[in-house]
Amino acid sequence: MNEPMDFLIWTRSTAFDVAVTIFVIGVILRLFEIISLGRKQNLAEAKGTEFGPGMRTIFSRSVPDLGTFRRQPLTVVTGYMFHIGLFISLIMFVPHIELFRATFGFGWPGLPTPIVDAAAVLALIGLLAGLWHRIMNPVMQKITTFEDWLVWTLTFLPILTGYLAYHRMVDPYPLILGLHVLSVEALMIAFPFTKLMHTFTVFLSRWYNGAMNGRRGVES
Amino acid sequence: MSVFDNKSSESPSSCGLAGMSHNTLPLLNEVSHALKRLVRTGESTIIDLRAIPFGPGDEARLINLLGKGEVQATLDTLGKTTVTETRFAGVWLVDHYNSEDERIAFQIEIIDIPELLRAQTEDMYESLDLLGEVVEVEKQKLNGGSPAIQ
Amino acid sequence: MAEKNTLGESLRRHGVSRRGFLKFCTATASLMALPPTMVPAIAEALEKAKRPSVIWLSFQECTGCTESLTRSHSPSVESLIFDHISLDYHHTLQAAAGEAAEAAREAAMHENKGKYILVVDGSIPLGDPGYSTIAGISNLEMLKETAKDAAAIVAVGTCAAFGGLPQANPNPTGAVSVSDIIKDKPIINVSGCPPIPTVITGVLAHFLTFGSIPDLDQYNRPKVFYGQSIHDRCYRRPFYDKGKFAETFDDEGAKAGWCLYKLGCKGPMTYNACATAKWNQGTSWPVESGHGCLGCSEPRFWDAGGFYNALSVPISDNSQTVAFAAAAGLALGAAAAGLNYKNKDEATKAHGTVTIDDLEKSS
Ligand code: SF4
Ligand code: SF4
Repeated sequence: MNEPMDFLIWTRSTAFDVAVTIFVIGVILRLFEIISLGRKQNLAEAKGTEFGPGMRTIFSRSVPDLGTFRRQPLTVVTGYMFHIGLFISLIMFVPHIELFRATFGFGWPGLPTPIVDAAAVLALIGLLAGLWHRIMNPVMQKITTFEDWLVWTLTFLPILTGYLAYHRMVDPYPLILGLHVLSVEALMIAFPFTKLMHTFTVFLSRWYNGAMNGRRGVES
Repeated sequence: MSVFDNKSSESPSSCGLAGMSHNTLPLLNEVSHALKRLVRTGESTIIDLRAIPFGPGDEARLINLLGKGEVQATLDTLGKTTVTETRFAGVWLVDHYNSEDERIAFQIEIIDIPELLRAQTEDMYESLDLLGEVVEVEKQKLNGGSPAIQ
Repeated sequence: MAEKNTLGESLRRHGVSRRGFLKFCTATASLMALPPTMVPAIAEALEKAKRPSVIWLSFQECTGCTESLTRSHSPSVESLIFDHISLDYHHTLQAAAGEAAEAAREAAMHENKGKYILVVDGSIPLGDPGYSTIAGISNLEMLKETAKDAAAIVAVGTCAAFGGLPQANPNPTGAVSVSDIIKDKPIINVSGCPPIPTVITGVLAHFLTFGSIPDLDQYNRPKVFYGQSIHDRCYRRPFYDKGKFAETFDDEGAKAGWCLYKLGCKGPMTYNACATAKWNQGTSWPVESGHGCLGCSEPRFWDAGGFYNALSVPISDNSQTVAFAAAAGLALGAAAAGLNYKNKDEATKAHGTVTIDDLEKSS
């Protein structure tokens, strides 16, 4: 009778401690490692500035390139659906914000639940469409590795269980809430060691690309 | 402290809920649908108001909105019961109290006349017997005989 | 002891009219949280209802549940029911004590074998039978013995239903719930710390009226009372959905009646009837009076995180873990960087110069 609640309590205490420890150690280790590597000194004369173009590129690369869009509209559209949906449901849902506040010491205002709910649906559809594309497209098939399936599953489950928990579609409630928390913990543990790290490194590398282009006087 | 200063006389929890809360408006809609059903098909509806999660002041607002109609009746059985027609004909508020004057049920009835106001068949049969006895006694009194029962 | 005549007969003997009986049935329907359309069925069932015998056992408990029951707020309905129920054993409420009381329990058990309702409040200690005894009989023994011939068991309160407060970490007495021990009888869990008075009587009324147990949820709780979460029936819910929260107990949001989630309300994971049945004769309920729900009707509510922490907040204090992990991450990162530098250095040192001629030779 008490098992679902015991499970939920475990995911909210021991399991969370383990996951958050691995996540924080892993992410900081990898970021520090990447940054500390540094680059070789560039002896060529700079033709432009680095900082401005670097910053600009962080944002400008968020706008899809027309050529890419024409060739792979589905990849672009589902990618946007998923990323925007995930972003909103992950960091604009008040219970999540309260969790951040308790864990990292700071928070921010959230969005109304109907918007978050719609965002979660958007993310789920985006992910499913992406999966379909991955399975049906011959090129995608060739370049898909085990890690891609793993990362897809680890990302899909938290959103799915979160949606089910919010709408109380599984009985008893502590079971589905516990599964939601656990799925996020699995994601957190895998995070530093998979391509999920792009969440942080994408901005680093964009800045670097932009900065290098700027230095060479190439439009970013 | 700005907006809330001038409202300090009200109870703290009610001042934020000036309008209907989310439970009351659907209830009014339900009443209106039930009335439509009554008019069209003659089917009556009873709504248990104690099953509605009212917020503070909701009930008073609802009663206020429904208002008072032409009929008001009080029953005295296992405590008091008041039956009030609202200003909408066919919509009644039925409020049951126990002998200690505590509410034991509270309902909106959408019906031509609440069942409880009708004389009940069983009670009428009982009354028939009782009336027969009374007639018997009175008859005996007229005939000069001494009354057997009180 | 159980009487032979039905409730209908005994009401009529008391001079209750048909109108009175209908009113009684209406109140009973409302008490059982059944729709008013059920009144005719209830009337019919109550006409025929026989007087059941009830044995009430109290184990590791605080008497709060009995206190709650005796404060249920419709005396005439309930007294009618309880006049009709034969409460044959309840060691807090009965006059007899000690062996005389035990004799009454045994007599009721024999006379109504297989037909009585057993009500239990409090948890049962398995650590040492001596932790809680009645007339020298351990709780475990008494429960097993009394449950054997019961028609059904009603576990009143979170202690009897799930283990409750006595079971809170580290559970010094080894407390367990009724359903941890009794496996072969229908058990109705009426959880809450304490349960809402009208919910206790509503469940008993259901048994009296229909002679059967109501529809139960996953935790064996009657669905009519525990079918929806506090959160789903809360009148403050629109504020939750709009993102309007009280941040402290006396800020403007709190005064405006906004949602109490951030102040630790456990309404979203709690299933109980507080939002409709309310407390203190229907006056109010915890969220209405400005305090979050504690989750008292759920298993382990005592160990499920701080009462004033938001539900999504982890149970253990993580800020330190995060700080240590960050430090460890930095240290490991530095070590990795050192290694990388070393590799780079070695690579540079091992670097030989290649000329065009070398390349041509090898191709
Ligand atoms: S006060 Fe509690 S139960 Fe009510 S809406 Fe907020 S979180 Fe839900
Ligand atoms: S509001 Fe929550 S904690 Fe309070 S009595 Fe109801 S279920 Fe228990």
